[in-house]
Amino acid sequence: MTTINVNGQAYEVAVEPETPLLWILRDTLGLTGTKYGCGIAQCGACTVLVDGQAIRSCQMPVDSVGSADIRTIEAIERDEIGRKVVEAWVQEQVPQCGYCQSGQVMAATALLKQNPHPTDSDIADAMTNLCRCGTYNRVASAIHQAAG
Amino acid sequence: MNALIKIDAAAAAPLLRQQGITNLSRRQLLGLGAGALLLGGLLSTGKASAQPTPVAVKPGTRVPAFLVIGPDNSFKLLSPFVEGGQGINTGTAQIVGEELDVNPARFEVECAPPGADYAVVGGMRMTGGSFSTRSSYELMRRLGATARDMLIRAAAARLNVPASTLTTDDGHVVDAGSLRIPYGALAAEALALTPADDVKLRDPATFRYIRKPVARLDVRAKSTGRAEYAIDQKVEGMLYAAVQHAPVLGTEPVRLINESVARGMPGVHDVHLLPGAVAVTADSWYRARQAVEALQVSWSAPPASGFDAVAADYSSSAILTALKSSSVAGERAEAVGDTKASFAGAAKIIEADYEAPYLVHGQLEPPSSIARFNADGALEMWTPNQMPELFQSIAAKLAGLTPEKVILHSPILGGFFGRHFAYGQSNPFQQAILLAKATGRPVKVLWSREEEFKMDAVRPLSFSRFRGAVGKDGMPVAIQVRTVGEGPLGRWFGAAASGGAVDSSAVEGIVEKPYDIPNRSMEYVKFVHPVTIAFWRSVGHSMNDFFYEAFFDEMADAGNKDPFELRRTLLANKPRHLKLLETVGTLSGGWKRGPFDVGGTKRARGVSMASPFGSETATIAEVSIERGEVRVHDLWIAFDPGSIVNPAIVKSQVESAAALGLSAALFEELAYEKGKRLSHNYDDYPILARDAMPRVHVEIVESGAPMGGVGEPGLPGIAPAVVNAVAALTGRHIRALPLAKAKFGA
Repeated sequence: MTTINVNGQAYEVAVEPETPLLWILRDTLGLTGTKYGCGIAQCGACTVLVDGQAIRSCQMPVDSVGSADIRTIEAIERDEIGRKVVEAWVQEQVPQCGYCQSGQVMAATALLKQNPHPTDSDIADAMTNLCRCGTYNRVASAIHQAAG
Repeated sequence: MNALIKIDAAAAAPLLRQQGITNLSRRQLLGLGAGALLLGGLLSTGKASAQPTPVAVKPGTRVPAFLVIGPDNSFKLLSPFVEGGQGINTGTAQIVGEELDVNPARFEVECAPPGADYAVVGGMRMTGGSFSTRSSYELMRRLGATARDMLIRAAAARLNVPASTLTTDDGHVVDAGSLRIPYGALAAEALALTPADDVKLRDPATFRYIRKPVARLDVRAKSTGRAEYAIDQKVEGMLYAAVQHAPVLGTEPVRLINESVARGMPGVHDVHLLPGAVAVTADSWYRARQAVEALQVSWSAPPASGFDAVAADYSSSAILTALKSSSVAGERAEAVGDTKASFAGAAKIIEADYEAPYLVHGQLEPPSSIARFNADGALEMWTPNQMPELFQSIAAKLAGLTPEKVILHSPILGGFFGRHFAYGQSNPFQQAILLAKATGRPVKVLWSREEEFKMDAVRPLSFSRFRGAVGKDGMPVAIQVRTVGEGPLGRWFGAAASGGAVDSSAVEGIVEKPYDIPNRSMEYVKFVHPVTIAFWRSVGHSMNDFFYEAFFDEMADAGNKDPFELRRTLLANKPRHLKLLETVGTLSGGWKRGPFDVGGTKRARGVSMASPFGSETATIAEVSIERGEVRVHDLWIAFDPGSIVNPAIVKSQVESAAALGLSAALFEELAYEKGKRLSHNYDDYPILARDAMPRVHVEIVESGAPMGGVGEPGLPGIAPAVVNAVAALTGRHIRALPLAKAKFGA
């Protein structure tokens, strides 16, 4: 039995220790807002916050999570910066198919927590999540807007 | 072992033919106006059905099939189309809401179940071909207006006043005084009335929603993780299944070498042989995947060589060579003037071979599917798809049921770009049915990204040979093109639907170009690929406009003409195209080819035009070479779809199509060697990331021409504009994509 802390709540999960956090979130806890895209930490659809840092959960074994504070897209509007990011996403009408956007919103929230006023180059460095609909420019505009 | 249902032209075409749609090419589909939609449509009785033909339904007319008005005055719209990012749910809500007099923001929109009511695309139903809005616009307006009229009449009857004394205001029937009855309070009475067939539509000058940048209905859910895709569905008691497909398409599992190992792994329910694959069912997908990937499988041997099937020595370079060396006489795709004489008298003749690779769709959501046999014997499915009735009929056939006994849910798609048509073994839903049957439990099949890279149906590798004749004055006098290959329309819907001997989806973008080149001769040779080919955003245009427009610049260079000015000259009699060309010139700050200097770096620009899906585009790209690779700085796109519904969504779609077009132009190639695909995931199949995303400037021109498509047309102009800019910068005309294969001096 492993205990993890997700969105402020402790959960006990009975899984193999190497199970990626992604699959515990999705299939064990039913938190399906975090997406599976590639499974090899290339696309970023599975991005969550672990102690405030953007982490690709498909490559994070559950036994390495420990007592870290995990935040998923389901709790994004409970976070002050996350709420601003979501509002900016709506304002800029960022999503198209939307599948990558949970990860984009989480990555943007992590960026703004560390760097409240990122430059274009900061955004380029931090926001490496893939979007097949090509919403990259709107993602960048929305981050600037959320930064105020 | 159960065989999968082979979905080829033979399976799909009867669905079309049954309703009398024969010889229905894309062009004809496009040409069918709403008034022609008297056909019963792609009814839920497939060929296999023993049911009597249901009473013919006039698609798009029965209000209750589309609108559910709750007693709380909530509005649910059952859409003929599936939302996959293109914004169709919002657009349809705008169109219906405009005439119904309900703010589209109040609508909840979902993809309707299979049914004859929804066959609104030229008598059939699909989400594709950039057909949705243009095929249903009039119909959906009329539906909204018809419903509004019924609500007014219901209120008039209840109040015993003439209907002419009543009007509406955002979901309420109102009178000149203080009366205000919510639609929801009238819905039951209204829907019992006979719909009028001559309702008056709103004067477009008074539109409140159509042609306005109405916010998308789904952005908040998609920004907060609440949007539910097929992959997110869960049903009580379901098993998870993971699969391992044959390494070479067409081979079968013969023996499991270590079955007991997989069976002994945690959570495993069972191990299964499937057509062309092995599967493990387990209590979680991760456990199923671990077990199925631990399986060692002995596979049957593919044929040693040839192109009838994927052979042990099959490679993309071998099929390209075969396409190039074909000497089969072609079918005439276009013939104008006297090409032979023009070449004989030409001052200069140029020749060039153009090629484009296989491409995967690469939509971010991996395919999945749930199948459940209900207690009453019905099969219930949750599966991504672009043609509900076709999927329903295939599922029914496989399960041995009538189509009416298959309940199909069509969740929103995490990107599609053509991925979710029925492509034989390339969709997981048949596996889900077989596994649900085998286990007696609901089963959710999910393909790992690696399995998706193995199985995705691909944009066909393509080849065309060009010859151009230039006169003494430097003007092109003749163009000759030979295209050898295969289009997806012929593969999946048969010759009747694809335009006869010449598959329109293989030559679109090469034929019917607007330029006034007096002598033209285009031919097509069908060469069937052994791999599973697909519709891919903008289909034949995705490579053919690159071929043609890049060769156009070669002709311009051969005649010492500026490519923009030459286009202008050859479009002198095409006011719509000329205006678009001039619009993109102005949008980019005035045409300049370059090279020119920007901050110490040389840059240049290229231009292209395309006429995809009833719309027109003109594109300019600005590029430089950085560290030996092409960098695109700006794309300017003038886009004329005739008329529009939502300018904000149109703009987003053009931006998105441009990004995908650029991704293909710069990076993408799915290669085969020794019968196997060389790409397995995004690490060895790079797609456009933020670092290569240029600025995209879009100007919408509404020429008033018949409404064209929106989702795909932004794509085809990108590769040629970029390649033409590269030629202006470096003097090299690149004839094979992706550009990443060409190396440039710094």
